Amino acid sequence: MSPSALVSLDHVTFGYDGAPVLKDVTYAVEPGAFTGIVGPSGSGKTSLLRLLLGTVTAHHGTVTRTPGLAVSYVPQLETVNWNFPVTVHECVLMSRASRRLLPWATAQERADVATVLERLGIADLGQRHIRELSGGQQQRMFIARALVRRPALLLMDEPTSGVDVATRHEVLHLLDDLNRGGLAIVLTTHDLNGMAAHLPHLVALQQRVIAMGTPQEVIVPSVLEQVFGARMEVLMHLGMPVVVDGHAAAAVGA
Amino acid sequence: MTFWQSVLDPFHYQFFQKGLLAAVLAGGLCGLIGVYVTLRGMSYIGHGLSHAIFGGFAAAPLIGVNVVLGAGVWGLASALAISAVTRRRRIGADAAIGVVTTASFALGVALLTRFGKKGPDFEAALFGGINGVTRGDLVLLVVALVFAVTVFTVRYRAFLFTTFDPEVADVSGVRVARMDALLMLVLSLSILATLTIIGVTLVAATLVIPAVVARMLTNSFSRMLWLSSTIGALCGGVGMYLSFQVAVPSGTTIVLTNTVVFLIVLAATGRRGLRRTARMDDHHEAPVGPGAPIGVAA
Repeated sequence: MSPSALVSLDHVTFGYDGAPVLKDVTYAVEPGAFTGIVGPSGSGKTSLLRLLLGTVTAHHGTVTRTPGLAVSYVPQLETVNWNFPVTVHECVLMSRASRRLLPWATAQERADVATVLERLGIADLGQRHIRELSGGQQQRMFIARALVRRPALLLMDEPTSGVDVATRHEVLHLLDDLNRGGLAIVLTTHDLNGMAAHLPHLVALQQRVIAMGTPQEVIVPSVLEQVFGARMEVLMHLGMPVVVDGHAAAAVGA
Repeated sequence: MTFWQSVLDPFHYQFFQKGLLAAVLAGGLCGLIGVYVTLRGMSYIGHGLSHAIFGGFAAAPLIGVNVVLGAGVWGLASALAISAVTRRRRIGADAAIGVVTTASFALGVALLTRFGKKGPDFEAALFGGINGVTRGDLVLLVVALVFAVTVFTVRYRAFLFTTFDPEVADVSGVRVARMDALLMLVLSLSILATLTIIGVTLVAATLVIPAVVARMLTNSFSRMLWLSSTIGALCGGVGMYLSFQVAVPSGTTIVLTNTVVFLIVLAATGRRGLRRTARMDDHHEAPVGPGAPIGVAA
């Protein structure tokens, strides 16, 4: 395990009410990482994010975190109450809640918010209600809220769940840009073709770490069968793995 | 007596002046807190808490304890218990809250019926009253209002974050449990302070209606706070005036005034207003365990 890791899990076991959700997981988030955690519902993806965030404690094993590490979290869009009376600007400023004891923003905070909104291409949407944004703009707003805290590590729960193809591409390109700027990103996804195949590093999870590496190393039939419990075929298209189910693959003679 | 003399007549009475001031303060206070109560889906808790406090309100004088102190401690204990039950999301939390608060209310009714002369005015406690407003009531209202405004100003962003997105607020450094306890403290103190003006059975309406009306009119949280407080204060004042003129308990006229304002704004805003208030209280504490959102664990 690298001593430079932002967060590292060493033989960690974790669960709820005595039932283990994660068993003997060893995994480290290195600076500049861009990792997708793939697995079906119940595989332990969210629990792994919680361990990285530090909101839960491992039952066995150790979790080591760089002292003073700033971590931000972006929730699933589907869990948000879009009817809540809040503008984009108000929403982004929320992340400074623990620092500021007065309602109004300081000049520095306004400048920080303006810079982040500009960087994410939503500078002119600050006074809009959050429901008036497109799916991609909504995701950008929450990423802006996370970035205003100046994190070294960004954790995202299913960032492309429930969004259309165009939004998925938009989010993926944005995250890629942020990662190139030095931000470490770990996200969960069950979207193998749309999201996972485009990330540089994957962790396949099914209570245990089944495989870890590039998409070409992880998205292979033997790993997918262990993770998803079903036979899947993988085709290569322009050097990228594409997952098809067994029946479809048989139909095209793969 | 001319028309204008009859209109202005109530303002000559000192008890009315006190009652009017109390109603404006109580309406504004409930309007302010109501924003948080409605957006967090706590309307039922507000309703239950007012009933729970009624028990302490009735019991305190019978055991020789100051009414404000006794009912305050009773209310705060109830509020914290409700908050704990709600956060833990144990099975039957709603039922537990219902049992505790209605039992407390029933105890209050029994005590006031049996030993009514020793305690506060029964009808005023239930439906609000114009006659019983004392200097002490006004002081308590001002204290509750100053406390609420101070808390919501100093911790504005933390309350906003906790109300909108408690899971992410928790992982972003906001002490959500502390914010919840503080909100319950403000809520119980405010219900206690407004009890004899609006009445235990009607206070929930003054928490909810101004906030819903304000939501119909704005998409901004900060503007909603201002609007709800102002609407609550105006309805309180008008309701108290009508209470004097038509000789019915002040709580009922205050709530009816709120209702008329609600209907007018609903008619004026139409579908836009309805759309804004749809799922307005969709604030859910996360379930515990696997599959629950980040920030909430077993």
